[in-house]
Amino acid sequence: MNKLQALLENNPVVLADGAMGTMLFEAGLQFGDPPEVWNMSHPDQVRAIHRGYLESGSLINLTNTFGGSRFRLSMHNLQAKAPDLNRTAAVILRAEVEAAGTGALVAGDIGPSGEIMAPLGTLEYADAVDGFAEQAAALVAGGVDVIWIETMSALEEIGAAFEGVRRASADIPVITTMTFDTRGRTMMGVTPEQAYKFLAGLGAAAVGGNCGNGPNELLAVVQRMRAVASPDAVLVAKSNAGMPKLVHGKAVYECPPSEMADYSREVRAAGARIIGGCCGSTPAHLKAMAEALAA
Amino acid sequence: MSDELDYSNIETPELIQQIHDDLYDGLVAEVTAAVNELLSRKLTPYDVLTRALVGGMDIVGVDFRDGILFVPEVLMAAKAMKAGMVILRPLLAETGAPQIGTMVIGTVKGDIHDIGKNLVAMMMEGAGFKVVNLGINNDADKFINAIKEHQPDIIGMSALLTTTMPYMDVIIKTLKEQGLRDKLIVLVGGAPLNAAFAEEIEADAYCRDAAVAVETAKKLIAIRRGNM
Ligand code: B1M
Repeated sequence: MNKLQALLENNPVVLADGAMGTMLFEAGLQFGDPPEVWNMSHPDQVRAIHRGYLESGSLINLTNTFGGSRFRLSMHNLQAKAPDLNRTAAVILRAEVEAAGTGALVAGDIGPSGEIMAPLGTLEYADAVDGFAEQAAALVAGGVDVIWIETMSALEEIGAAFEGVRRASADIPVITTMTFDTRGRTMMGVTPEQAYKFLAGLGAAAVGGNCGNGPNELLAVVQRMRAVASPDAVLVAKSNAGMPKLVHGKAVYECPPSEMADYSREVRAAGARIIGGCCGSTPAHLKAMAEALAA
Repeated sequence: MSDELDYSNIETPELIQQIHDDLYDGLVAEVTAAVNELLSRKLTPYDVLTRALVGGMDIVGVDFRDGILFVPEVLMAAKAMKAGMVILRPLLAETGAPQIGTMVIGTVKGDIHDIGKNLVAMMMEGAGFKVVNLGINNDADKFINAIKEHQPDIIGMSALLTTTMPYMDVIIKTLKEQGLRDKLIVLVGGAPLNAAFAEEIEADAYCRDAAVAVETAKKLIAIRRGNM
């Protein structure tokens, strides 16, 4: 039994962490600058965010590597740093998880390339697999327990990421979530049902949705996946805290902790077993969710 | 193969309708053939552009907004439109009105969305503007350098994220600091923006879509040049 299976065996519902990116902006990261660089330039701030989520009761924590693929880093001419930034991120999070001593897992975060796959766009499948394999290998070398592929919108791309992970490790458990933010589908038009079937078919350990337009829409995603999923399938919900609104030039997310607490109970009732937050959520949101799920 | 597509028996209004359908379906060869056929019937390049291509893309835009089409279909349609533009561009330059003006357009720092911005660039070009497309993720320096190099009449900024739109304010402030703001027409666009935001950051106008961008650009240039 791998660590993820053991965690799920011992907990009917597992809390995953909240946002990293929006927390880093709070801490002073400038918009448009790559968050992954902070793993090396500002490790204390990254550690403090991990610690906040661990103290709130999160049992699956994601490395600060959402944009850590060579594709995203090349926007800043940092593609050569991809292995270092990913490995360091894993090491930093591992240290915090060990210090917390709660048995939480370290999940290596892989986000989208930001490109569109050929033939519609320019990213060739084989190149995508190579880039994701490089990122996954560095995360595995840094000691992650699972890989979490997130915020994907195209099946071809998440398929390439999955294949890249498998090239780096034959057996590491892989959690996969897509973002259903466009009328119940992903940006590229993928429905929750299609996503579930495709990802379960690849052999993902857990499947679900993350980010999006807020908790209500993610609840519908879980319901729709539940309706087509096998009974023992592990479904995931990692919602953002609503949509950002600009208030005096700053992005403010609309859901307070109490609403995220309600959401966590609702998605649990709908059949999600791994529940967390995304953009705009903070350790305070996670704490409210942990309390709601414990009650 | 486009040679095998024979549109010579189809009446012009139906053929324009056919282009709308072929654009909708993203059929590059068909759009290419039909554009050539219309040109052979002595329609002006400008008419082919506006009635056939722009008309067709408008339908695609509406269905995208209504959730009937998704991004893959929009990209396919844009590819077909581009194929038509390849034929029309040199002809527009030859036959068309003199160049109306120059626009520098780009997506702002932190933002990699470019589908809508590229459509705007294409439509502006079709309407007779020289367009310098800076691509994605442009900081203030990149805009300033391009302005110094190309001396545009207009700069266009695109942002699709709530978190990147405030950067437009940074760019406009930089333009002011460098004494460039008053020489330029500043247009902004992107789904999360609105007119109030454009006013707040002191842009000249917010453009809801590509057609509005073209209209607004023409109007503001005419006003500047005292033609209105
Ligand atoms: C003169 O100057 C002008 C004038 C007019 C101008 C102008 C400039 N610019 C635009 N206009 C206007 O004219 C154009 C033509 O009529 C129009 O352009 P539009 O761009 O509005 O319209 C286009 C024709 C079609 N529309 C689009 O192309 C955007 C479509 C959606 C689906 C979209 C896409 C395709 C993508 N995305 Co993204 N994406 C979404 C969009 C959701 C949606 N359904 O709208 C949106 C914009 N994305 C969003 C998000 C969150 C993200 N995306 C991201 C990534 C991507 C892809 C790479 C997958 C892809 C972009 C590919 C590319 N090469 O552009 C990420 C950000 C990456 C980054 N740093 O930029 C990411 C952050 C997701 C993530 N967590 O990774 C959301 C933004 C939410 C917000 N308000 O902040 C979003 C609304 C989806 C959602 N519902 O949540 C007008 O706005």
